[in-house]
Amino acid sequence: MSADTDSRQPSSAPGSEGVGQPILSAEAVEVAFTAGFAPGGGRGTARAVDGVNLDVAAGEIVALVGESGCGKTTLARALLGLERPTGGRVVFEGSPLGYRSRDLRSYRRRVQLVQQDPTGSLNPRRTVYESVVEGLRVHEGTTADESERVAGALSRAGLRPPERFFARYPHELSGGQRQRVVIAGALILDPEVLVADEPVASLDASVRGEILRLLLELRAELGLSALVATHDLGLAWNIADRVAVMYLGRVVELGTVEEVLSAPAHPYTRALLSVLPDSEASEGPVVLSGEPPDPKQVPRGCRFHPRCPVLASGEAERAGVADLCTSADPAVLGGGAQRRVACHWSAADGSGRLRADGPAAP
Amino acid sequence: MSAPTGPAPAGPATGSRARTPAVTARALARRRRREALGRFVREYARNRAGLLGLASLLTIGALALTAPLFVDQAHLTVTGAPGDSYQPPSREYPLGTDNFGRSVLDLIVWGARVSLTVGLLATFVSVTLGTLVGVTAGHFGSSGGLGGRIVSTLLMRVTDWFLVLPTLVLAVALAAVLPRGTGTIVIAIGLTVWPPTARLVRAQTLAVEARPYVERARALGGGHTHVMGWHVLPNVMPVVLAQTTLLVATSIIAESTLAFLGMGDPTTISWGGILESARTAGAISAGIWWYMIPPGLAIAVVALSFTLCGRAVESVINPRLRGQS
Repeated sequence: MSADTDSRQPSSAPGSEGVGQPILSAEAVEVAFTAGFAPGGGRGTARAVDGVNLDVAAGEIVALVGESGCGKTTLARALLGLERPTGGRVVFEGSPLGYRSRDLRSYRRRVQLVQQDPTGSLNPRRTVYESVVEGLRVHEGTTADESERVAGALSRAGLRPPERFFARYPHELSGGQRQRVVIAGALILDPEVLVADEPVASLDASVRGEILRLLLELRAELGLSALVATHDLGLAWNIADRVAVMYLGRVVELGTVEEVLSAPAHPYTRALLSVLPDSEASEGPVVLSGEPPDPKQVPRGCRFHPRCPVLASGEAERAGVADLCTSADPAVLGGGAQRRVACHWSAADGSGRLRADGPAAP
Repeated sequence: MSAPTGPAPAGPATGSRARTPAVTARALARRRRREALGRFVREYARNRAGLLGLASLLTIGALALTAPLFVDQAHLTVTGAPGDSYQPPSREYPLGTDNFGRSVLDLIVWGARVSLTVGLLATFVSVTLGTLVGVTAGHFGSSGGLGGRIVSTLLMRVTDWFLVLPTLVLAVALAAVLPRGTGTIVIAIGLTVWPPTARLVRAQTLAVEARPYVERARALGGGHTHVMGWHVLPNVMPVVLAQTTLLVATSIIAESTLAFLGMGDPTTISWGGILESARTAGAISAGIWWYMIPPGLAIAVVALSFTLCGRAVESVINPRLRGQS
């Protein structure tokens, strides 16, 4: 990870220095799924997203990091209006998102999705041209300059010369090309925000870099904002301005990339970072023990406490917050551009861990 | 420069763009469709089995259409029969004669008219009905909210009801209630054989709806019509085509069954009717093979031709199958 440090200068500026109005934000968004009678599954309400505040400012790339099943995808879907939040609301340009089909239609012109699996997100029966032009046809019908706009979107997504790809089918393309087609399909409507759900998870490492560079270029050229959900900290480090770490449906740590990834405050973030191969963490790798969390049974108190290494090692006891950890739920973090951590221990740590370690302390 | 013709609701920039090429847009759509058709024909022509099936269907169809030109209708009546009964195949009667002395070849050619009409129309009715019900139930069941699920459940319960009714009994009841005629047979068969198609199409629709590209279409702003027309329908078409080829044969056989039971129009001649009259005339025990085999063979050839055509169309529609034929 540290080797990539040099290549990420362009992304450092806009996010960190208190940018303007958020263009897209989640306000206390909750999404819960109620299971019916399922054989073997049992009943219960899974709180996939359990109160999340998150802002994406114009021209900013926010990474949403967390392990599988922590609610990243559900949050991304809720932000797109594909999932209706059971609580809270999604706000776009200051006004809450409406769920009537007309509202959604105009909203989806401006906020686009890039999915995890480029193979699945292209209809195998449609050519590249048809897949890219789809959004345009939905919103404007057949227009005269259609093929120019498709060619423009394809070349912006890095498929040049675009005409060569018009008549291809998805199964004739490589994984990276498919993801570029998906991105071109999102770009053709000139969106303001891109929500990317694990955009490179299914691609191999050489292609991964290309797609990430593409996202940064698009931000630089078009001023695109993006929310990138990922489980890959290296990816977050490379492209994001700010990082939100999610655990079991909540954001547990929020801040700029430098703050969060070089001076993690939440024990969960520290554990995630410590297991990276070239981690510089002094404590050595912290392997989280215990069951992977079940969103149907969110633990009392801090939701991370059953697996928290700080609590297990007795460090929390020494700081005098062990009782708090097991009984009091840290409040839902607010949005905005500030550094925030949902942890009793790091809040109570007298030494002021944030200030001591954080290079870009506010 | 802004369009004087009508008040465009959009801003001036988009207004002028949408107004001037209003005709061109439609022309473009038409050209696109023409190109797609041309591609389809070229791809289909590469499939030899499909061409064979198409050729045999076209031959049979042409024979059926032009039958009045070379078959004397008077010779098809019991009283006007030209030959003696049970004459074996000869130069005069290439397929011999039946118990009344009618030329079996003439009967087969004439019977193709009714059999093909009933088979195609009944298949069309049932496939259309089944696809409509299946796609609607599948689509709204998976992405229409609570109201959609209710509609979907209702549709599928109706389908189940039709599915458990014995097809033949229902067809007989319908044919008995409705006025006698070929149209009645079409409706009786069409209304009874659609439920399996609906179930099949619904299952395929559900599978397609779960794919990420449907979610992508929704995130792009596509509504129900877009998802159903642009994504679901092209993906259920192979299933529908396969079902169609099977149903044509089923419908022709169902028509012959109804004809045998006296529900058909006794004044018309169909392949099923010929088979049944051969059976009742005792041709089987008498070993009059030229009376029984040709109509059965005709049904088999038509069913095979439809299957070949269906497979060829499927391989054109599904790009993954291309080059494997």
